[in-house]
Amino acid sequence: MSLKTHQLLQKKKKNILELWMKNQLADEGLREDLISNDELRSQSEELVDALVSNLSSQNFTDLNSDEWSPVIEILGGIAITRARQGFSPRETGNFVFSLKEALLEVLQQEIVNDPQHLFSESLKINRLMDNLSVVTFETFIKGREEVILRQTDEIAEISTPVIRVWDGILALPIIGTLDSARTQIVMENLLQEIVETGSSIAILDISGVPAVDSLVAQHLIKTVSATRLMGAECIISGIRPEIAQTVVHLGIDLSNIITKATLASALSHSFKLMKLEVRKSTPIAKF
Amino acid sequence: MDKIPILRLGNFLLVTIQVDLYDRLALNLEADLVQMVNKTNARGVLIDISAVTIVDSFMGRIIGNIASMSKILDAETVVVGMQPAVAITLIELGLPLKGVHTALDMERGMSLLKSMIDIDGEDIDQESTDDGIITQ
Repeated sequence: MSLKTHQLLQKKKKNILELWMKNQLADEGLREDLISNDELRSQSEELVDALVSNLSSQNFTDLNSDEWSPVIEILGGIAITRARQGFSPRETGNFVFSLKEALLEVLQQEIVNDPQHLFSESLKINRLMDNLSVVTFETFIKGREEVILRQTDEIAEISTPVIRVWDGILALPIIGTLDSARTQIVMENLLQEIVETGSSIAILDISGVPAVDSLVAQHLIKTVSATRLMGAECIISGIRPEIAQTVVHLGIDLSNIITKATLASALSHSFKLMKLEVRKSTPIAKF
Repeated sequence: MDKIPILRLGNFLLVTIQVDLYDRLALNLEADLVQMVNKTNARGVLIDISAVTIVDSFMGRIIGNIASMSKILDAETVVVGMQPAVAITLIELGLPLKGVHTALDMERGMSLLKSMIDIDGEDIDQESTDDGIITQ
């Protein structure tokens, strides 16, 4: 037994990379549309480099040791980019598993006449690569979660526009379910806009809210009360018949809030409140 | 000891709170204001809180108290210039300030007060004519 496994692997680095690349390219799930072969090769090379040069006889199973942090960092980086690029978990998993296959294959080629040794070393490699794939998945999922969080923020941002429909009248169409976090954003945006524009009437249009339960109703009431505290009047419009039914069945009291069926009637009510009048222009008589 | 000035403007009393209120100051304001309403026979109280950035449940209650006390002394209270954050806080504290009128700024608050007092005046006139009809 002349060579330790880690030295052996270091010596066979090139072999490992070639085998791994072959495995990856042979895989039918290869995503050439998401990543070019050259890029894949450079990614793989970087990882193999880091992996092999950090191998030593003691640290085979202990991933927490500092020597592994560069490998984990590279792997994490790859996993996060893959999550953002839209790779599936299976494809990301195969990326790591095919490296394991390559490593095992090299071991098999090199340790020919000592099955006992081959088995124990394979077991070590197996354990190491399993740990690394767990790390990959953790980071992959974290990357996906980041994407989801960012999208949630974006939705929250774009879904609460405050529209100035008239001088002194603001409208705020709410699309989607109202939860506490969203109510907070809606309220803040609305109140801020009221202060900035000096509007005295705000119309809250809930035609895009799929269902109103007692919690949503409570949020609406809160928004209306806050608007009133600011010194503006708040009208709720876009109440569908089903919503009216639920509200009454749930016993929610909306009697001290001005409610209108459509945005149009809310607008005409606001005109009345502001003592404005909309009428047809009389055609100029032509003689 | 700090004191919040109460200005008289015709039938109205004007209070602009320029500092963040602490409890003692708020209590003093409440007492002073009620005294003032009584002494001057004011019909309306206008409180400007546009510079107030911090509010707690105690403050909310004091404002409510001032409004109810003035109401008993036949004066309407209008709170103007509330900051969005303050409004949200009051709502989250469960203090919608029932009985307090609000307006966006001083100008609108003043016209609101005037219109309220005008309506009251009309009501009194109507009542007196009604009485007249009954006695005839």
